[in-house]
Amino acid sequence: MSKPKPTLETTFCGIPCLNPFWLASAPPTNCGEQIMRAFDAGWGGAVWKTIGVPITNVSSRYSSIDWEGRRMMGFNNIELISDRPTEVNLREIAEVKRSYPKHVVIASLMVESKRETWHDMVQRAEDAGADGLELNFGCPHGMSERGMGSAVGQVPEYCEQITRWVKEKARTPVIVKLTPNISDIRIPARAAKRGGADALSAINTINSITSIDLDTFQPSPNVDGKSSHGGYCGPAVKPIALNMVQQIQADPASALPLSGIGGIGSWRDAAEFILLGCGTVQVCTAAMHYGFRIVEDMQDGLLAWMAEKGFATIEEFRGLSLPNVLEWKQLNLNYQVVARIHEDLCIGCQLCYTACWDGAHQCIHLDRTSPTPDTTRTPAMVEAEAARRISATPIPKLDAGGMGRSSAVTPLERIPRVDEHHCVGCNLCSLVCPVENCITMERIDNGLPFESWEERTAKGLVPPGAQEVMSTNT
Amino acid sequence: MSQRTSFRQRVTTNPEVVERFGDLHPPFDRQAAVPEANRCLYCFDAPCTTACPTHIDVPRFIKKIASGNLAGSARTILDANILGASCARACPVEVLCEGACVMHRYNKQPIEIARLQRFAMDSLHESGAPLPFEPGAETGLSVALIGAGPASLACAAELRRRGIRAHLYDVRPLPGGLNTYGVAEYKLPLVESLREIEMLSQLGVEFHFETMIDAAALAELERKHNAVFLGIGLGAIHRLGIVGEQLSGVTNALDLIAGYKSGALTKVPERVAVVGAGNTAIDAAIAAVRLGSTDVHIVYRRGPEQMSAFAFEYEHAKNEGVKFLWHVQPIRIHGDKTVERMELTKLVAIEDGSIVPQPGSEFSLEVDLIVLSIGQGTHAGFLAESGGKNAKVELERGRILIDRATGQTSNPKFFAGGDCTNGGREVVDAVADGKRAGIGIAAWLEVQHVQA
Repeated sequence: MSKPKPTLETTFCGIPCLNPFWLASAPPTNCGEQIMRAFDAGWGGAVWKTIGVPITNVSSRYSSIDWEGRRMMGFNNIELISDRPTEVNLREIAEVKRSYPKHVVIASLMVESKRETWHDMVQRAEDAGADGLELNFGCPHGMSERGMGSAVGQVPEYCEQITRWVKEKARTPVIVKLTPNISDIRIPARAAKRGGADALSAINTINSITSIDLDTFQPSPNVDGKSSHGGYCGPAVKPIALNMVQQIQADPASALPLSGIGGIGSWRDAAEFILLGCGTVQVCTAAMHYGFRIVEDMQDGLLAWMAEKGFATIEEFRGLSLPNVLEWKQLNLNYQVVARIHEDLCIGCQLCYTACWDGAHQCIHLDRTSPTPDTTRTPAMVEAEAARRISATPIPKLDAGGMGRSSAVTPLERIPRVDEHHCVGCNLCSLVCPVENCITMERIDNGLPFESWEERTAKGLVPPGAQEVMSTNT
Repeated sequence: MSQRTSFRQRVTTNPEVVERFGDLHPPFDRQAAVPEANRCLYCFDAPCTTACPTHIDVPRFIKKIASGNLAGSARTILDANILGASCARACPVEVLCEGACVMHRYNKQPIEIARLQRFAMDSLHESGAPLPFEPGAETGLSVALIGAGPASLACAAELRRRGIRAHLYDVRPLPGGLNTYGVAEYKLPLVESLREIEMLSQLGVEFHFETMIDAAALAELERKHNAVFLGIGLGAIHRLGIVGEQLSGVTNALDLIAGYKSGALTKVPERVAVVGAGNTAIDAAIAAVRLGSTDVHIVYRRGPEQMSAFAFEYEHAKNEGVKFLWHVQPIRIHGDKTVERMELTKLVAIEDGSIVPQPGSEFSLEVDLIVLSIGQGTHAGFLAESGGKNAKVELERGRILIDRATGQTSNPKFFAGGDCTNGGREVVDAVADGKRAGIGIAAWLEVQHVQA
């Protein structure tokens, strides 16, 4: 039976979406003209750059972290909410909705913490035609100094109160955007849920100082020689965002429809957020880096993956990975893997060797050409031997022997060997290995049944003292 | 001889030569160097380091480029190879460090080690910083070094870092040997060689230029110094031994290359034949093309699979428009005063594997210039007294025999390295020999000193 053709159309807390790809509230959604071009490029929705009392921005607003020659692996900004008059933003929302009725426009809002002010803003945004509201309780810089943004998100009572005020008035779904700059994301999430929020979005940016100039000693972005902490985002923050998404979704008191945010730049990232329960995803840094056009492959790639896996809709795979994230104490202590080096793929860089000796458990050795396994030779001894070797430029024809050694085949003495009896299965070697599938972690059948720490402690099989440590850690 | 004028100020490269011999491998700028440096896997006990005769810690200097520690990168290079700047340009890296790069087994381009090394060394030179090493505390010991080529320079640097005086004697007016006079200008410009030697001289090396050392002078130096290092290189290029060779218009590859590098030669005639197919022959043939020849042939008595030039040099020559005549041998040069044509015969292999002229296959090649590049002799003759019976040091077919780890010859007071010991290899091999000998001399002198 053939599966129906997959579709990206989905519904997020009652809002029909052409696809789950939204632009996050940020510079790419600053004005209607941008958002209409984004919709033309294929974005399913946009969260308008936060509307409130217009602010004045500083000049010099962004900075970034480059990683080994790649630009903007982490991105930081000290830009505030929209600096355009509220009526201009609202008029443009109306224009966009008129031209693009099927596309989602969410109004992101941030006003001072007064019931009437919120009521007024909610009314105006909905009158303009917004499909939903996102409450910006996350902005970590500037606005928080004025008692807004993360100053609200960090105090559960404020978070709950303002959500409640908004819900009193709102006719469209209310999404609360959470700040990650807290010790436990579930606390503000629960507060928002108590306040009646229809959905959550997470994460907002993380407090950051990206770098210090080693000549001027000034941080970046540089505003007249000074800087201020900013909000960090981009590929570097994705693991932090995924963790927080999982924490929210695994907590019944927090769980609501969730729009995932944080380092998403490709369909792969999007699929991961959806597998942890997100209904839509929001993108900013990647669009700021490469433009709106990136959404084409996000759609194309996700559809292809869905077809391959046999999923017809987003809902069919949403949250499938949630049951696979447990607490540590529930993991199987008797599961055992060991590293296996595939000699045919090994290029002889020996990074696994040095990583295992210095960073792990000293169980990878360079002894394949020794008459017997030699686990006593240290990296320093290997290097000292190499330094004593005398080599010379090969002269073709004269040095046929030395020259003839093909660089296409890794010499046996350069291929490390894993001492499987001592390998703890930490994965480090397979992570440092530059060649895909060259080091695989293979399951060893030790014949032992599943047993978790939880079970072991319940059986009283835990050494004295360990019980106490365990209870303090949880 | 006084050493106050900069070597570089004593020469000016002809601007036309500069233009015609632009960099074969253009330098990296910072934005290109850093991603390339980051591509390096940072192998443990790296094969590139093992493949380098001077064992430069390649991953270490590359990671220092990535981190922006350019001074540290240059120091890492110089610590292993005091001529790291010229080696970055002149080394046949395809068969050395880059040839050993594990990336070859990964379907990826090897790391561009040579260009990264040049980037680090150029940065050091441009920064104007001094050589990052100090001479050692003076020991009162001194060594005479015969020849001022790469082997002697590397040896001298090791000696100076250990507080031993180094007196270099060279018959030429400038130091550097083949590094200055013999490497194709598009690989290593003469002024770059001199710039590097100037930096090295900050260690306090004493040069004696235009000084020929014969057997008597050698005996004198042996008496005056605590040890002698022989870095005398190879001798003249062999002659063909055929009629017409004395005609004007017959030269050799080393003279041609030294001629254009030093500015004495700016032009060659239209039709050129280079005899021989080694790396030097290729350099000479390409030089002829760059200097205006329109018809350049390399003639070689064997086939492409036997030529001693590296494969990439052969490809380079073909790209420059050099034509190859295989399995031929010059038998006579014709001309009235100057060369007009070269008569050649084809060669065939016979049963025992040797190659012989093929009767009736003779043909002529019209040429204006013949450049011989059929190997060099040795000039270690002055080391031998009374017909070689009481040689100063033991020789084998003209090559000086040494203990490879220390450079020591059969005569404990004499050390040697470079082409005169290995028969003619690369600059980097000479540097490695000189470095080992410098360390070897210091170790030997220390023992002598303690015993005395």
